[in-house]
Amino acid sequence: MPKKPPDIGATIVISKPELDTILKTLSSQEYQLEGPQVKDFTVILGPIEKLADLPKGVTSQEEPGKYTLSSNGKENYFDVTSGPQSWKKYFFPPKSQLMVFQQENGKSTDWVIKGTEDETPSYALIGVRPCDLAGIQIQDKIFLEGERCDPIYRERREKALIIAANCSEPCETCFCTSMGTGPKAEFGYDLALTELKDHFLIEIRSDKGQKALVGLDYDSATENYLHEAKTVLDKAVEKIKLNLPDPEKLAVELLDNLDHPQWDDVAARCLSCGSCTQVCPTCFCWDTTDKTLLPGNTIIRERSWDSCFNPDYSYVSHGNTRPNTRARYRQWLTHKFASWYEQNGTPGCVGCGRCITWCPGEINHLEEIAAIREGELS
Amino acid sequence: MTVLTSTKPITDCSSDAMLPNWAEIVKIEQEAPGVNTYWLTLTDPEVRKDYSFLPGQFNLLTIPGYGEAAISISSDPKDTEAIGHTIRLTGNVTKAIDRIGVGGKIGLRGPFGSAWPLEQLKGRDIYIAAGGIGLPPLRPALYQIMENRGDFGKVVVIYGARTPEDLQFKDEYDSWEEKGIEMMVCVDSCGDDWTGLVGVVPMLFYSLRIDRKKGALLTCGPEIMIHFAAYEAIARRIPRDRIFVSLEKNMKCGFGSCGHCQLGPYFVCKDGPVFSYEQIGPYLEVEDF
Repeated sequence: MPKKPPDIGATIVISKPELDTILKTLSSQEYQLEGPQVKDFTVILGPIEKLADLPKGVTSQEEPGKYTLSSNGKENYFDVTSGPQSWKKYFFPPKSQLMVFQQENGKSTDWVIKGTEDETPSYALIGVRPCDLAGIQIQDKIFLEGERCDPIYRERREKALIIAANCSEPCETCFCTSMGTGPKAEFGYDLALTELKDHFLIEIRSDKGQKALVGLDYDSATENYLHEAKTVLDKAVEKIKLNLPDPEKLAVELLDNLDHPQWDDVAARCLSCGSCTQVCPTCFCWDTTDKTLLPGNTIIRERSWDSCFNPDYSYVSHGNTRPNTRARYRQWLTHKFASWYEQNGTPGCVGCGRCITWCPGEINHLEEIAAIREGELS
Repeated sequence: MTVLTSTKPITDCSSDAMLPNWAEIVKIEQEAPGVNTYWLTLTDPEVRKDYSFLPGQFNLLTIPGYGEAAISISSDPKDTEAIGHTIRLTGNVTKAIDRIGVGGKIGLRGPFGSAWPLEQLKGRDIYIAAGGIGLPPLRPALYQIMENRGDFGKVVVIYGARTPEDLQFKDEYDSWEEKGIEMMVCVDSCGDDWTGLVGVVPMLFYSLRIDRKKGALLTCGPEIMIHFAAYEAIARRIPRDRIFVSLEKNMKCGFGSCGHCQLGPYFVCKDGPVFSYEQIGPYLEVEDF
């Protein structure tokens, strides 16, 4: 006789294999399951079906410009931290179709606009890290609460279900504790998992999350399990070595130092490749491109991710307003840690560390910030 | 947790802000070599009826296959039957607009952005400093000032172009002067037939007697000109909150979403293009910011 699903707000424990029951239930509710998996020597995000698809016993070793996966011999599914991809690709796709122009009456200047017919799937995101949850909330502010709400983002976001996974094994480039985003998820999810030795502790936050627990074999979380979870998370905090002190002070400190010599120094090492902006869970810049299909009577206007490191990004009729790497790097860093506060009331950084790990110039941006702070111009 | 709970409601999503309306090019007027005014009439009568704009605002014009370009509106806000866009033909989109000619259809989204704050400047002496293609975004403000001429003190237009041929709206200067606008026009270089001033816009401030208690500056043009025009106004003790500049940035979406036109805490497309120098001066003064 299956149990009645637990209440919203409740905390339960399940044995690890029982997570497959939740995944099965979600599939039967027409969700498309997406989660971390090992591919091409990294952890990427893609379609999954079952627990066995997750990167069991894998951890990552990360430093500026370096990323290695190894096995830690444990039976844990969520030990490995975020890979290069962030979950933003599900709500703000790298490429999406905005509209289709169709020529009318065979006249080269008469067009009609056709809406797009892409069917948007309902995603169930499995194993979203607390820093990435914060990233999703920051993008919500841009795309849902901005001057105009974004219809593509909104539809994908509202249909989605999020299962967060609290962090037990932060890596060397993580600094969520500085940004106040982790290692424990506090809100913005439907279900949150904490992985214990033989169990998952599950916090139920929403109606959607509760519905995913139909037919689940669970127990309510006793003091022992809660204690075990607390120990896991306390240890995670201890493992985080990177530190960005007083990030809220940067809004003033960086904008007061726009002529600091450190900008020249870092510009000599920055390749202006835009990797940091592509891996960033909060970067939201986009551009449009018109794609003409042969024989020329159908044109697709596409939106794609852009980057403030692109030379074309700030091009105007009289030339480029940010003509060099120094200007572009300064724009990126001051936006993340300074201008963003004024625009959205939060920093544009969640401390996931991807921009450090995936920088081919091996730049640790926190060291750049420290250098600017140390030799502050006045 | 320092980060985030949602506080603001979700913005209205009922209409897609990226979808353009169609408009027909009804007239093209040459203003100077390579600079034309394209008069656009919105095709849908309902859309046309609802359309209104403020002086200083811009539209995003679309040619399918070429893309979109942000173009400021240069005509009288009172008349939106045909909306004037004065364009220098330099990019893909602007050249394509020219190629399709009168009778051609183009997409129009807008209006976007902030306006010249004429209401708040009532009773002031208005100095309008413009260089080259910087005059068109100021022309709607001029029309509104002329319409309500009694609301303002002295009104002086300081306009500069490269050569006498490059001066825009030349045919209108007489009628502007008749309506109480003082015109000071200069060029960078000229032939013998030019009897007017030679020089650059900021220099002309030296021949002005500005009453600092009443003066206000509206300026648009090349960034270097804006810079020095503002500098000359500040030197004459016009307060920074009475100096207004209109900026050109790479504006793609018009509502602060695509990121391109960011300048410090602002997105030029929605917080600007018109800013007070008080707001934008500190960022404008940083090289390559």
